[in-house]
Amino acid sequence: MIISGLFKFSCLYKKVNFVLFFVVDQLRSVSVDLNNDSSLLIDIPDALCERDKVKFTVHTKTTLNSFQKPDFSVSRQHEDFIWLHDTLVETEEYAGLIIPPAPPKPDFESPREKMHKLGEGEATMTKEEYTKMKQELEAEYLAVFKKTVQVHEIFLQRLSSHPNLSKDRNFQIFLEYDQDLSVRRKNAKEMFGGFFKNMVKSADEVLISGIKDVDEFFEQEKTFLLDYFSKIKDSTAKAEKMTRSHKNVADDYIHISATLNSIAADDNTALKQHLEKFAELLEKLRKVEGRVASDQELKLTELLRYYMRDIQAAKDLLYRRARALADYENSNKALDKARLKSKDVAQAEENQKQCLLKFDKLSESGKKELTSFKGRRVVAFRKNLIEMAELEIKHAKQCVILHSTCIDLMDSSFIFAVVQVRGRR
Amino acid sequence: MAEDREPPPLADAVQTDFREVEEGEDLFVSTVSTLSPTSPEPASFPAEDISTNSNGPKQEILLDDDQEDLFAEATEEVSLDSPEREPILSDGPSPAITPVTPTVIITPRVDALFDRSLDEVKQISINVLYLFSIIQAFYFCLQGDGMNAYMAYKVTTKTSLSLFSRNEFSVKRRFSDFLGLHSKLASKYMHIGYIVPPAPEKSIVGMTKVKVGKEDLSSAEFVEKRRSALERYLMRTVNHPALVKDPDVIQFLENTELPRAVSTQALSGAGILRMVNKAADAVNKMTIKMNESDAWFEEKQQQFENLDIQLRKLHASVESLVCHRKELSVNTASFAKSAAMLGNSEDHTALSRALSQLAEVEEKIDQLHHEQAYADFYLFSELLGDYVRLITAVKGVFDQRMKTWSKWQDAQVMLQRKREAEAKLQYANKPDKLQQAKDEIKEWEAKVQQGERDFEQISKNIRREVERFEKQRVKDFKVVIIKYLESLVHTQQQLIKYWEAFLPEAKAIA
Repeated sequence: MIISGLFKFSCLYKKVNFVLFFVVDQLRSVSVDLNNDSSLLIDIPDALCERDKVKFTVHTKTTLNSFQKPDFSVSRQHEDFIWLHDTLVETEEYAGLIIPPAPPKPDFESPREKMHKLGEGEATMTKEEYTKMKQELEAEYLAVFKKTVQVHEIFLQRLSSHPNLSKDRNFQIFLEYDQDLSVRRKNAKEMFGGFFKNMVKSADEVLISGIKDVDEFFEQEKTFLLDYFSKIKDSTAKAEKMTRSHKNVADDYIHISATLNSIAADDNTALKQHLEKFAELLEKLRKVEGRVASDQELKLTELLRYYMRDIQAAKDLLYRRARALADYENSNKALDKARLKSKDVAQAEENQKQCLLKFDKLSESGKKELTSFKGRRVVAFRKNLIEMAELEIKHAKQCVILHSTCIDLMDSSFIFAVVQVRGRR
Repeated sequence: MAEDREPPPLADAVQTDFREVEEGEDLFVSTVSTLSPTSPEPASFPAEDISTNSNGPKQEILLDDDQEDLFAEATEEVSLDSPEREPILSDGPSPAITPVTPTVIITPRVDALFDRSLDEVKQISINVLYLFSIIQAFYFCLQGDGMNAYMAYKVTTKTSLSLFSRNEFSVKRRFSDFLGLHSKLASKYMHIGYIVPPAPEKSIVGMTKVKVGKEDLSSAEFVEKRRSALERYLMRTVNHPALVKDPDVIQFLENTELPRAVSTQALSGAGILRMVNKAADAVNKMTIKMNESDAWFEEKQQQFENLDIQLRKLHASVESLVCHRKELSVNTASFAKSAAMLGNSEDHTALSRALSQLAEVEEKIDQLHHEQAYADFYLFSELLGDYVRLITAVKGVFDQRMKTWSKWQDAQVMLQRKREAEAKLQYANKPDKLQQAKDEIKEWEAKVQQGERDFEQISKNIRREVERFEKQRVKDFKVVIIKYLESLVHTQQQLIKYWEAFLPEAKAIA
């Protein structure tokens, strides 16, 4: 990903505003199977971060007549994305589709906390060390920022590449409406409704796990998705821990390098050169290690995280279908009761027909969606695993070169020390 | 140049001139070169002077370098033999590290001499005097178990020095024996300015865990850590040209039975006395205001103060690195397991296989991180810890000098007083007391002279010791840095291997 642009940043613990301004280029980490259809192209070319709010510039290029202009941009906040997502979820018509998962809220908590700690520990470090740590933290902010922009972008792009969802009216409003969307966003009542819906969902979870589906395909999918979800959730958490440890190791190199420099400065023996070279090497290494950690984060952790959410969306589809099935079965019971009582039979029949229709529609589109989802997932995993392996190799090779150069640069009388040690391997 | 080829005289003809010690490396080079003057110097020889001054009998010097050279090989052997190491420790980087000079210096010489007569070769091996000790740990139960049990360390010494009655021998020693040795050496040599290497620290918690019979990872690690520390301590002690000849050291290495060093226990009479002395010393240090006439000492003291602070900081950072790397290893392992389960759960066959492969790769990587953490620790962290303690010993020696100076000054003050007393008695005309006063003056004059001599001697010793110490420090650090870098390179190369093996699997996902 190419990022250019202004980057003004001041220590947060001093409670000064910080302003991040980026121009973000195309390459994304989590692959999305996009249509080659260029009738609707969306991207987020830049974003502004003010205090806690991130403002995304959503840029649309389209050849469709349904839009007023062929090329336009609007400014959107994270909450607007959530609104769009929830609106789509609540739309009856899309019950049989996997709604792309909502992008997670931008979370600057971790780097912010670290910045705070850094500020507190400033006295114990040399100026050089402090500057480097600060740089690292700024890079971390940058990474979080990159990620959040990406994730929002992917959400929109998945919508635009979906044959049904791309035509959604609300989606169009989201892209086009040049005023603030806050009037349409969730008010308190709706939010409460959302919360209630979540509660009902967990009941559905129980519902799903209990009933065995007649349809073989859905039964298999259900078992698979439930199991896979828990596994991938676990993997995501573990991957996160792993990359965090990696970052810690890289940070330690900073401190060690700085202290070695101090010792080298005072040293006037033959050791001086060695210490300086060693310190230099560690400084370079920590940058590489940092990159290894962040690449791992992007390719592995983000991948797992994204598909965890995607699988949740797929599970939601199954829930909706199960609800539709339950509705259908209830309507059957109601029909039988009506026939027994000979009251409102026509109405009950109509109801039953509707339920069956809905259920069939859901099953049909659900099957299509789930199949294409699997394909998408496999492609994404493949791409990211390959990229991760390639990056790891690249970084490790770079490390080897750095090490070898360092060893060579050291006092030549030590070449035989190296020979001896190498000979042992 | 035949006379130069004579083997150096044996250790009995002891020379107390230690100045040669610093030029150890140079002289070693020159000695070898005198043995085979016409063979071409290998290019790998250090740029330092390959002086042809054929200093004959400097067997202490050879001792210095050779024993370290050969110890390098011993290190390898130990890591394979020692049973305790087996389950926990990887046989990656050899944990027992002592500063080593390259062995290669010897080999090309011998090779180059292959065309020569056998006698010459034999001569060289005789000339190579060495001493090294390796320590293996095994648990020893004394009359039952529980808190009476102790860990016995088998100290195996291989040497060609005639100080010892045999070439190879082993003894059993306890941790308190090591402490006892150190305390004896410190009391004998510290006050004349020798830097006596400090012994490893006691650890009640660690030892108790082992005694309680916990057969777990942490107690095995503790034992290994201690064993390694004791080995380094012993090697540093015998590397010191004066200490190696000390009868206590010889006794320690050779005698089967050694009197229990009870005085090292914290709550013994001697222990309490030690604590009192330490407190008294601390007070004295604050009160003695020394007139430093020698800029060298002032400079060196400041230098060591700074180095102390920096090394402590570095040590803390490296310990943090070790901790984080261990964490990384643990987290990678748990991710590997999770990825394996994910792979099992995955229903797409090719992806499932790729995920399982990923799990395997991550598992290997976790091992790698684990090994690297060991290298971090045993190479880097322990060296720093040793040097932090060594510098404390160095500072102690400087303090001793201050004390000696103070004694000398006190003697001068006393002399002055006696002289004043005598002058007074001159007027009072008391012949008996006058004679006594004159005698006392003589006595104190002698003491002042002795004090001055002591002060000069200790100053001289310290200069020499510090130079030796600095040389050793440079050597130690240089070697460790290179070794550590090698370990890092190895890790990275392994990473390349693993990921390159994984890549086709990832590509094979249909």
